[in-house]
Amino acid sequence: MSTLRLEIVTPERKVYEKDVNMVVVKGVAGELGILPNHIPLVTPLKIAPVKAKIGNNDEFIAVHGGFMEVRKDKVVILAEAAELGSDIDVSRARLAKERAERRLAQKQSDYDAERAELALQRAMNRLDIAGE
Amino acid sequence: MAKGMREIKRSIKSKQNTKQITKAMEMVAASKLRRAQEAAVASRPYTDKLREVVASIASGSGNSKHPMLQSRSVKRTAYLVITSDRGLAGGYNANILRKVLMTIRENHQSADEYAVLVIGRKGRDFFKRRNIALADEITGLSDSPKFSDVKQIASAAVKGYEDGVYDELYLAYNEFHNAITQVPVLKRLLPLNQEQMSGAKSDYEYEPSPEDVLSVLLPRYAETLVFSALLEGKASEFGARMTAMGNATKNATKMIADLTLTYNRARQAAITQEIAEIVGGASAQQ
Repeated sequence: MSTLRLEIVTPERKVYEKDVNMVVVKGVAGELGILPNHIPLVTPLKIAPVKAKIGNNDEFIAVHGGFMEVRKDKVVILAEAAELGSDIDVSRARLAKERAERRLAQKQSDYDAERAELALQRAMNRLDIAGE
Repeated sequence: MAKGMREIKRSIKSKQNTKQITKAMEMVAASKLRRAQEAAVASRPYTDKLREVVASIASGSGNSKHPMLQSRSVKRTAYLVITSDRGLAGGYNANILRKVLMTIRENHQSADEYAVLVIGRKGRDFFKRRNIALADEITGLSDSPKFSDVKQIASAAVKGYEDGVYDELYLAYNEFHNAITQVPVLKRLLPLNQEQMSGAKSDYEYEPSPEDVLSVLLPRYAETLVFSALLEGKASEFGARMTAMGNATKNATKMIADLTLTYNRARQAAITQEIAEIVGGASAQQ
C-alpha cells in the first residue's frame, strides 16, 4: 500500500512525522480524506481531530486550527497548537471546557462569546483525542 | 597603615563576592542561550513553510490585493518593541530602546502619529518614564516563551492594522548574529514586503478560494514573524548577558589582582616599618 508522509508542525516544534496511508481532516469547507498522489491543495482547518491511517491502525492528533498543505507524497499541517493523545492534560482540558461553558451561558459581548466558543471547541477536541 | 590594610582586605572580599555572582550569571546565561537557540531553530520549519505557502498564493494570479500586502498612506505607525524583563545584559535594552526613541523623535511630531506596544519590563518602564503611552504590554514572559504567550499582543497589533487603527507596523528587536554580537533592528512587519513574497510558485488548489485562504494565512504569518522575533530577541538577551557578565568577571579578577598587590605592598611596608622601629629602639638603648 502506498504511503504519504504526514508532518504536523507548530511554532514550537514538530509534533508528528510519520508515513501514513491516509489522512482525514476537517477543512473549513468540509471533511477531506487525503490519499497518496492527491492534487496539490491548501486549505484552512477547523479545530478538530486529525486522523492518520497506518495499515489497520488509526492515530488521532488534536489539531487546533491552522491549515494544511497537500503535495503528491506529503501532507504538512501547520497549526498554532497540536497534541498527541498522550500529551494532553485531561484535567486541564476539562476545566477549560467547564470555564468556556460557563462563559457562554453568561452571554457576554460578541467578542467574549466568540473566544469562549473557540476555547470550548479546543477543550472538546482535546478530550475527544484523549478518549474521554 | 593597619587601618588602610583592613579596608583593602574588605574591598578584595567584596570584589570576590561580585565575581562569584557574575560568574554564575555568565554560566546560567550560557546554558539558557543554548536552549534559546534551539527554540529558534525549532520554530524555523513552521515560519518557512508558512512563508512558502503565502508567497505562492500571493505571487500566483492577481491575489495580492489583500490589505496586508498593500501599502497605504501612513497616518499612524505602530512599534512593537521587544525587550527583556531583567537588566544586567550589557547594552541589550539600551540599544534597542534608543533606536526606537530616536526613530519616533525623527519621524513623528505628535503623539497621535504613533503607538507603542512593548514586550518586557525594561521597555515598559523606559516608555513610562518618558510619558509615552503604551497601547499594549506583556511582561514576565518565561525564558522559553510559547506561541500562546505572545499570541495576544501579536494579534492585537495585527488586528490594529487590519482595522485601520495603524497604517504601518514596525518590529524592533535585537537580531542575533552570534553570542557576542547582537544588532538592534527595526523592521517593517506590515504591510508585508512584496519582494519577500515572490518565492517559488507552485500550483495549488485552494479550498474554498485563494482569497479566503490568504485572509486566514496572512494574519497567522504576521503573528508568527512576531514570535520568531521574540525567540531571536531571547537568544540575543542571553548572548548579551553572557558577554556582559563575562566582562564583569574579567574586570573583577583584574581588580582583585591589583588590590592584592596593593595589599601586599602595604603589608610589607608595615613589616619594614616595624623592624625599623625595633632596630631603632634597640640602638637607642645601647
